[in-house]
Amino acid sequence: MKHTFTSPDTKGYYGKFGGAYIPEMLHRNVEELQSKYLEIMYEKGFRNEFNALLKDYVGRPTPLFLAERLSKQFNTNIYLKREDLNHTGAHKINNAIGQVLLAQRLGKKRIIAETGAGQHGVATATVCALKGIECIVYMGVKDIERQAPNVARMRMLGAKVMPATSGSQTLKDATNEAIRDWINNPTDTHYVIGSVVGPHPYPDMVARFQSVISEETRWQLKEKTGSELPTHVVACVGGGSNAAGAFYHFLDEPQVQLVAVEAAGLGVNSGHSAATTQLGTAGVLHGSKSIVMQTEDGQVVEPHSISAGLDYPGIGPLHAHLFDSGRGKFLSATDDESVQAAFNLCKLEGIIPALESAHALAGLNQLQLKAKDVVVLCLSGRGDKDLATYMNRMDA
Amino acid sequence: MNRIEQVFKNKSNRVLNVYCTAGYPKLDSTLQVMQALQESGADLIELGMPYSDPLADGPVIQHSGSIALSNGMTIATLFKQLKDFRKTVTVPVILMGYMNPVMQYGFEKFCADAAAVGVDGLILPDLPQYEFETEYGAIIKKYGLDFIFLVTPETSEKRVKELDALSTGFLYAVSSSSTTGNDKDFGAVETYLQRLKNLQLKNPVLVGFGIKDKQTFESASKHSNGAIIGSAFVKALENSSDIKADTKKFIANVLS
Ligand SMILES: Cc1ncc(COP(=O)(O)O)c(C=O)c1O
Repeated sequence: MKHTFTSPDTKGYYGKFGGAYIPEMLHRNVEELQSKYLEIMYEKGFRNEFNALLKDYVGRPTPLFLAERLSKQFNTNIYLKREDLNHTGAHKINNAIGQVLLAQRLGKKRIIAETGAGQHGVATATVCALKGIECIVYMGVKDIERQAPNVARMRMLGAKVMPATSGSQTLKDATNEAIRDWINNPTDTHYVIGSVVGPHPYPDMVARFQSVISEETRWQLKEKTGSELPTHVVACVGGGSNAAGAFYHFLDEPQVQLVAVEAAGLGVNSGHSAATTQLGTAGVLHGSKSIVMQTEDGQVVEPHSISAGLDYPGIGPLHAHLFDSGRGKFLSATDDESVQAAFNLCKLEGIIPALESAHALAGLNQLQLKAKDVVVLCLSGRGDKDLATYMNRMDA
Repeated sequence: MNRIEQVFKNKSNRVLNVYCTAGYPKLDSTLQVMQALQESGADLIELGMPYSDPLADGPVIQHSGSIALSNGMTIATLFKQLKDFRKTVTVPVILMGYMNPVMQYGFEKFCADAAAVGVDGLILPDLPQYEFETEYGAIIKKYGLDFIFLVTPETSEKRVKELDALSTGFLYAVSSSSTTGNDKDFGAVETYLQRLKNLQLKNPVLVGFGIKDKQTFESASKHSNGAIIGSAFVKALENSSDIKADTKKFIANVLS
C-alpha cells in the first residue's frame, strides 16, 4: 500500500517517517494492534458505541465559533473549534474513548497511559472509570508538580498516578515508563498512547480517532460560510494529535494551508525550547522514526516549554512528513507570546485557553492573514489546569 | 571462523556472557572492566552503549547508563577507548545499544568503526526485522559483524525461526517478557527454554534477563547454551573501588 497523508504504508511509514522501532518484548502486542485496529475501529458496533459516547458523554459536536472580536483584531475571519468544551476539557478524550473501546474488544483488562499536562491522563482515567477498568497513569515528577489539579482529578477518578523519576521527569520519561510497564505486562494490558506518536499503528490510529475534529469542521464551516474549506487550519503541536485531528480531512486539499505551532519555550535558540522541527534531526524516539531533538551523540535532549503538553522532544511521524514535504507550515511561539495570546483571548472572547492551545493563538501573529481568509483554529483545551501559571504571569 | 563461533565450538554449555555499561562506573572503567571479565572467566562480553531513553532496560542498567552519560561517554569516545583493546582482550565483544544514537553517529560509519576496532557483533533491540531485512542487515553484514535478535516467550514459533534465520552468532532468549533486572519464576522459564530447544535452531541460544547468580545461571544453562548476566553485575560495580577484585568475586560466585 502506498502511503498518503491520511494513511501510512503497511509498515507505518509516512514518507521517510514512522515504522515500529520496538524491542521484541513488545512485538506481539504491537503486531496484534497492527493487524486488528482498522477492522475493529470501522466495525459497525464499534462505530455506534464510539459515536454515541462522543455525542452523549463528551458533548460532541463541539461548536465552531466565529470569534468576532479576535477576527477584527487580525482583520480576518477566525473560527475556533471548541475542543475545550469537551468533557474533561480537551481533545484528548476523543482518542481515549476510542482506544479504551478498542482495548475492551482486544480482551484487555488493564489500561496504562502516559501524560504530560495531565489532560490525556484525566481523559483516560475518565473513560476507564466509565467502563470499570483498572487505570495506571505515568507522569513525570515535574509535571505532577505543575499540573496538580489534574493529578487530583485522576486520583479522584480512581486512577493510580505513577511518578516517572528518570531523566528530565517530564512527558518523555513518563512515556518511557509506560512502555516499560507494557513490556512487563505483555498479555492483559493495553497502552493508550495520548498523541500521534509511538510505533505503528499508534500514529494512524490516534489520528483517525481525532479526525472527528476536522470531520465536524467541514460541515460546520459549510453551514456557516457556504464552503467546507477554510484557507488555514491552525493547531499547536506537542506530539501532534489535536493538529492531526484538525488537519485530517483537509490533508488532501492542497488549497488549505495547514499551520502547526510548536513551543519555542524561552526562544528557539535559547537552549530552552521544544520546537522540534526547528531544532531536531531524523531519529528514533518511542518506537517510530521521526524528527527528534537530540545531541550530536544521539542522546535525546530535555526540552522546555511553559506548557507541559508541548514539552516533548519529538513529533509524530505524520507531522515530520508534513514538515519534510512542505505540506505543513511549521511555526513556533515562545512562552511569553503564548501567555499573552491567552490573556488576549480571555479579554476579547471570554475564553480561557489551555497553555498548549495558547501557542496556536500566538501563531496567528506570524501569518499574513487577509480580510477574506477563513481561519479555523483548534482550541484544543481549556485553561483551568493552567490557572496557577497564568496567575504567576499576571502578577509579574 | 570468527570469535563468537569459536566460543561455541569450544564450549556448547554454560557459556557465560556478561553485560557491562561503557563508561561505568567511571569514564575510563570500560577497558578495565572488560579485562577483568575476561580474566575472571567470562566467555563473551556484551558492552552497553549508554542512551538517554533505554526502553528495554530496567532501573539498574538505566541508572548505569545515566552515570556513564554524565561521565561523558559517547559512541565516539567509546571507539577511542576501544582502539587498541584487542591487544589485551581476546574474548568476543558485542555492542548493545539503541538505534537513535547509532543512526545519529551514522549507521554505516558505526559498523565500519566497530569492525575496525575488533568488535564482533551487535545487539540493537529496537532495530526491527523489516528494517533489518530491507536496509540495515546488508550494511551489518558488509562489515562482517554478527547481529543477534531477541526472542521472548511471547514470540511465535514461526517468528522464532525467522529471527533465528536472520541472526548470526547466537540467539538471545529473553527469559520472560520484561525489562532487564526483573525477578523470574524459573519454572516457567525452563518450559520455554525447552520449547526453544525442540525447535532445533541454527544458532546457539543464550538466556538473558533475570540471570543474577549461580543458581539462575545453572537453571538457564540446563536448557540452553548459556546465559547473559546484566543488572546483577552492574550493581556489583556500583560502588566498586577495586574493579578487578569485585569482578573476580562476582564471576567466581556464578561459576563456582
Ligand atoms: C489542551 C492540550 N492541547 C494540546 C496538547 C498537546 O498534544 P497534541 O500535540 O498531541 O495535541 C495537550 C497535551 O497534553 C493538551 O492538553
